[in-house]
Amino acid sequence: MLKDQNRISRRRLLALAGAGAAGLAWRFPTPALAQGTPIKVGVLLPYSGTYAQLGEAITRAMELYVKKQGGVLAGRPITFIKLDDESAPPKGPELTTKLVEGEKVDVLIGTVHSGVAMAMSKIAREAGVPTIIPNAGADILTRAQCAKNIFRSSFSNGQVGIACGQVMAEAGIKRVVTANWKYAAGEETLAGFRSTFTKGGGQILKEIAPPFPNVEFQSALAEIGSIKPDAVFAFFAGGGAVKWLKDYAAAGLRKSIPLWGPGFLTDGVESSIAGEADGLFTVMHYADDLDNAENKAFRAAFEAEYKAAADVYAVQGWDAAALLDAGLKAVGGDASKRDALNAAIARVTFNSPRGPFKLSAAHNPVQNFYLREFKSGANRFVRNAVPALADPGTGCRLGA
Amino acid sequence: MDLILTQIINGLQYGLLIFLAASGLTLVFGIMGVINLSHGSFYMLGAYCALTLTGMLGDIFLALLVGIPLAFAFGAAIEWLFIRHLYKRDHLQQVLLTFGLILIFNELQRIFWGPQPQSVPVPKYLAGNIPISEVMGYPIYRIAVAAICALLALGMMYVIQYTRIGRMIRAGESNREMLEALGVDTRWLFRFVFAGGVSLAAAAGMVAAPIESVYPGIGEHVLIISFVVVVIGGIGSVRGAFVGALLIGLADAFGKVYLPQAASVLVYALMAAVLVMRPGGLLGRA
Repeated sequence: MLKDQNRISRRRLLALAGAGAAGLAWRFPTPALAQGTPIKVGVLLPYSGTYAQLGEAITRAMELYVKKQGGVLAGRPITFIKLDDESAPPKGPELTTKLVEGEKVDVLIGTVHSGVAMAMSKIAREAGVPTIIPNAGADILTRAQCAKNIFRSSFSNGQVGIACGQVMAEAGIKRVVTANWKYAAGEETLAGFRSTFTKGGGQILKEIAPPFPNVEFQSALAEIGSIKPDAVFAFFAGGGAVKWLKDYAAAGLRKSIPLWGPGFLTDGVESSIAGEADGLFTVMHYADDLDNAENKAFRAAFEAEYKAAADVYAVQGWDAAALLDAGLKAVGGDASKRDALNAAIARVTFNSPRGPFKLSAAHNPVQNFYLREFKSGANRFVRNAVPALADPGTGCRLGA
Repeated sequence: MDLILTQIINGLQYGLLIFLAASGLTLVFGIMGVINLSHGSFYMLGAYCALTLTGMLGDIFLALLVGIPLAFAFGAAIEWLFIRHLYKRDHLQQVLLTFGLILIFNELQRIFWGPQPQSVPVPKYLAGNIPISEVMGYPIYRIAVAAICALLALGMMYVIQYTRIGRMIRAGESNREMLEALGVDTRWLFRFVFAGGVSLAAAAGMVAAPIESVYPGIGEHVLIISFVVVVIGGIGSVRGAFVGALLIGLADAFGKVYLPQAASVLVYALMAAVLVMRPGGLLGRA
């Protein structure tokens, strides 16, 4: 892509170097715990591009959480240092380094795109910075490349696929065509789906995988129309999800071939698809109208603050802040005690708006997956389809 | 069989749409010698303009009637403010300035419309689809888009071929100095061409708005594919852009179905092949 990165990064680097120098200057005199000095949380999220809205929802929920705690977690004010990763994997290392080396952040939170998260967590793992991933589901981050300082408040791609495959097989669906972007998240979700769906007696007739983030779906729809499967399993998110749903409906396929998918199809884009996605069944670790006190309080607070409805991404951002909060409380607000902070976060259990929340040994959430129906602009709870599902965590030696 | 038919329609429809976007680029590039990287941004602004105007007026075609003159005026203003200072400068400075415009337009987009993807409603009377097999149909609005693009293409070719301003454009494309020597004020001609190019890109964005979801960065792939069309067709050649755009549309549609592994590079391979065999483009001057 034609982008003049040089000029931006030089200017930003200068500002960061200045900020870093200033940071060092006031940090040296008070090396131990300084009550009242802010904890620096480096936030790496997409604020532009196809996942911009996801980044914004996560940020809003985190800021809301901290605000609800009076602006402090464990007695320490929180400073968010936000960088836009544009969901561009090549930007991941550079921006993470800026946060870790330049800003010397105490904690990292990010990101949405799996490819960027891979680059980010590699640096975070080596630097030992406690890191919470509020969305990106790359399996390997809580499988072979799990680490004592890497946590996830969202899901693993495989976990979502496993849940979807199980639910669709239980619904008696036999022959499907799958459609997803050809990138890590798409392929891993598909792998999870394949494992449970075929075990449940289903058959995948064709796997269609346009490149990320291509949204010209007409060819895929034409193929689906000529294959005529029992159902379509589709994984797209953000702007791509809106486009997929609209095109699927416009081609008349909604009437003839049922569309299924992870909740990413409808979450975060409710207002753009209202009316067109009615009656669509999706599987996700959250539903808008989950009947628990935390969810009601969370949604009311979010609505009051931002005049917008919360979605699953906001829940993940909220829970990322909740994980950080619980961890910091356990170490008395001293983020420099990294081992203790990591151990505390790993042990956290609490009631999330999505239901009971705890982390597996590999630091991925063990959580319910719900079947939801999209109705009048919201993802309505149908049933708790796969309770307390854990990612297999294949290859992770943590807690072994 | 229905797959091949659908893909032919898909390819033509996509090709006509990118022709509309690319024709503006090839005119600006060929006649004014300006590399306009912000061309995709005008497509994006057109799409968002359609979003707002459709919200106010209730119909995408009314929005188009209001939006195209708006885009023309906007293009003329941009030419007067920025572009006219570039004619005597080298391509690098043109790239710098028009890249700067991309950043500005992206930021304006974020300020005015926000990051969330949004939808422009298809007019009710074009909402259905024409059945092409027992399970699916072809959306009528997409056919309407192809028809509109084809009409605009014909209109543009008429203007260029048979009107006074068209003769001046063609003359400017083949020899600018001679045109000036003959007493034509190229300042106004260039302003007209640039504003026309902006209108074409914006018009493409507007008619495409109901079939795309309108989101930030919607113009980026349009910019790149437009450059490919210009290179394949020959710089400055509107007919070349027409042929190039249809070729790309069909190559893309069939590539996705029959060569899915290579689909994303197919149009670029096509461009490379044309460059090797006809370096000036299919209908350009070598």
